[in-house]
Amino acid sequence: MPLASRHLLGLYGTNREDIELILDTARTFREVLERPIKKVPTLQGKTVVNLFFEASTRTRISFELAQKRLSADTINFTTSTSSTKKGETFKDTVRNIEAMKVDMIVVRHESAGVPLFLTRISNANIINAGDGTHEHPTQALLDMYSIKEKLGKLEGLRICIVGDIAHSRVALSNIYGLTTMGANVSVCGPSTMIPHSLERLGVKIFTDVDKAIQENDVLNVLRIQLERKAGDRIPSLREYRNYFGVTTERLEKFNKEILILHPGPINRGIEISSEVADGPFQVILDQVTNGVAIRMAVLYLLGTKN
Amino acid sequence: MNIIIKGTTILNPEQNINEKTDLIISDGVISKFGNLAESDYKNAKVYEFNNSYCVPGLFDMHVHLREPGREDEETIITGSDSAAAGGFTGVACMPNTNPAIDTAEVVKFIKEKSQQHLVEVFPIAAATQERKGEGLSPMIELFEAGAIGFSDDGNAIKSASLLRNAFEYVKMFDSVIIEHCEDESFADGAMNEGIISTSLGLPPIPSIAEDIIVMRDIITAEYSNGKIHIAHISSKNAIELVRQAKKKGINITAEATPHHFTLTEESLKSYDTNYKMNPPLRTKEDVDAVIEGLKDGTIDCIASDHAPHSIEEKEYEFIYAPNGIIGLETTLGLTLTELYHKKHLNIVQIIEKLSINPRKILKIPTPQIKEGEKANLTIFDPNSIWTVDISKFKSKCKNSPFNNKLLTGKMLAVINKNKMLFEDKFIHI
Ligand SMILES: [Zn+2]
Repeated sequence: MPLASRHLLGLYGTNREDIELILDTARTFREVLERPIKKVPTLQGKTVVNLFFEASTRTRISFELAQKRLSADTINFTTSTSSTKKGETFKDTVRNIEAMKVDMIVVRHESAGVPLFLTRISNANIINAGDGTHEHPTQALLDMYSIKEKLGKLEGLRICIVGDIAHSRVALSNIYGLTTMGANVSVCGPSTMIPHSLERLGVKIFTDVDKAIQENDVLNVLRIQLERKAGDRIPSLREYRNYFGVTTERLEKFNKEILILHPGPINRGIEISSEVADGPFQVILDQVTNGVAIRMAVLYLLGTKN
Repeated sequence: MNIIIKGTTILNPEQNINEKTDLIISDGVISKFGNLAESDYKNAKVYEFNNSYCVPGLFDMHVHLREPGREDEETIITGSDSAAAGGFTGVACMPNTNPAIDTAEVVKFIKEKSQQHLVEVFPIAAATQERKGEGLSPMIELFEAGAIGFSDDGNAIKSASLLRNAFEYVKMFDSVIIEHCEDESFADGAMNEGIISTSLGLPPIPSIAEDIIVMRDIITAEYSNGKIHIAHISSKNAIELVRQAKKKGINITAEATPHHFTLTEESLKSYDTNYKMNPPLRTKEDVDAVIEGLKDGTIDCIASDHAPHSIEEKEYEFIYAPNGIIGLETTLGLTLTELYHKKHLNIVQIIEKLSINPRKILKIPTPQIKEGEKANLTIFDPNSIWTVDISKFKSKCKNSPFNNKLLTGKMLAVINKNKMLFEDKFIHI
């Protein structure tokens, strides 16, 4: 059974069967990653371009590794948006890449909507590796995979995303995907970091991290983005750490096992303490490994679709 | 040359005319009004416009003609062609050109460029030097050169104290300040804030960005007894503020664009940059409030905010793409389709919003339809059905979200300055 779409633009509108198919396929590839020879010939002869308009070494390396494990030919095209704005327009850049006869494009861009726009000007399969503060579907899928791997299910779980929700692309994809899978999703953060009308997506909102810990099975702790004018929205990192930081003291208060995720890179001692980040309940490094498997699954399912 | 206009209903609410009768125009002047005699047909070219209205030429008080500076996007001539094709005989052009309309030379340059055209172009000058919000522009000089209003459109006038001075200063010659109402501190977004911006992950602009400046402007206008016109009003709260200000007797008027009474933020779901404008498309509630404001007179007129942008620029990534759409050639059709045929406004109100009120705000006399007057007329069929085709637009740019939209109501001819645009051709009359 193939995926409904030939692109992965986001988890909004991606149905449950497709999410399950990706997670199941990822399980197979996860096993491949444990073998001595971690390579399969599935995408031999396919060319994939990693088109990154915004630096993100981790995501790019994860995609690149997934492509190599599937035996695809990989090209990395990393550029800053400002240079495309100056001379060559974004569309020219894409047309040029298209002319090289590529089969798939993995795109990361500062502007929401770019992956969708790509589907209109390119024939390649498009995979969204993060567009603005919109979606980052493979990140959410690997989060879901990691939760399921540890807790055996998604349905009925109470999962809270903690941090700067308004400026996160991970949050929205997680909300869409987890809601589709029947989880109870909530967010927690300073109210200045919660986007307008978010509750209308069926999401519960916490501004008290203790309450969030108390009422949830999973915390997905986001990196506090220091670079995005955070100063307008929180007084200081110190205040954030003191009131929203996930620490052992907080977890111990409720004496419960709560699964901790973090998409990385971690600001240790800010949104999460080192003790928690390295502690018994976290799956942070598993997420990294699972990320490769998820990206392999997505590349495989889209690349072999037609 | 004599031309005869037949079969049309002459309508000018200001003169209390609403009758089906004929007109003779001789060398651009109305020479006869009423039923014609046999002898009148001698040496005259007859134009039959059945089922149409003939009204004082339509006027759009908010267009961007891009010249000087961005002649690749529009010129005074192509913008005027576009205006005529849309049924307008007059436009007021905004000063955010390069250089800005902040010297008498630029005002005169625009006047000269448009002199031979059917469409009259009235420059609105910058309120501050280079539109920087740092010091008043030479307003008296600009006014004497032909500027008919002052605005920093694209931005609100930067500070309340400067705005107050602008009000005080233009009072000396009874001119008007036209404000683009947007609080700068909220201005880095790409669409209206709400559930749609949240679910699309696009940086939001809250509607209070508009409301705050409308309120500031009302308070400042009241204090300094100034004359304020609110450009492209779009938010429900802002409309209510204007309604209350009018009740208090403050000298305030407002305009709305066709896109703000036709489209909602739902359109943004396509990430099509032709739906990216400023003020942004808002909610259904706001659209209803715009229509209500037009109905009860809170909003005096309809203006296109015609904003040509090249395809290349509109194809930038969403957050980088420029704001705005062209509108001169769809305004009449959208107004008739959305407001007249949906019974929100009657035909007299439509003519007030599209012809009489914008001129009143700018103190330009309404063209009179009577013998001895220069013919400045728009003839349109309110029931003609047509499909918008951007490839046929006279504007240099094609950035319209209304391509392929079916509209009811179409311009048939415009007449002004001894010229007539009919069946896509300018004819000397
Ligand atoms: Zn404006």
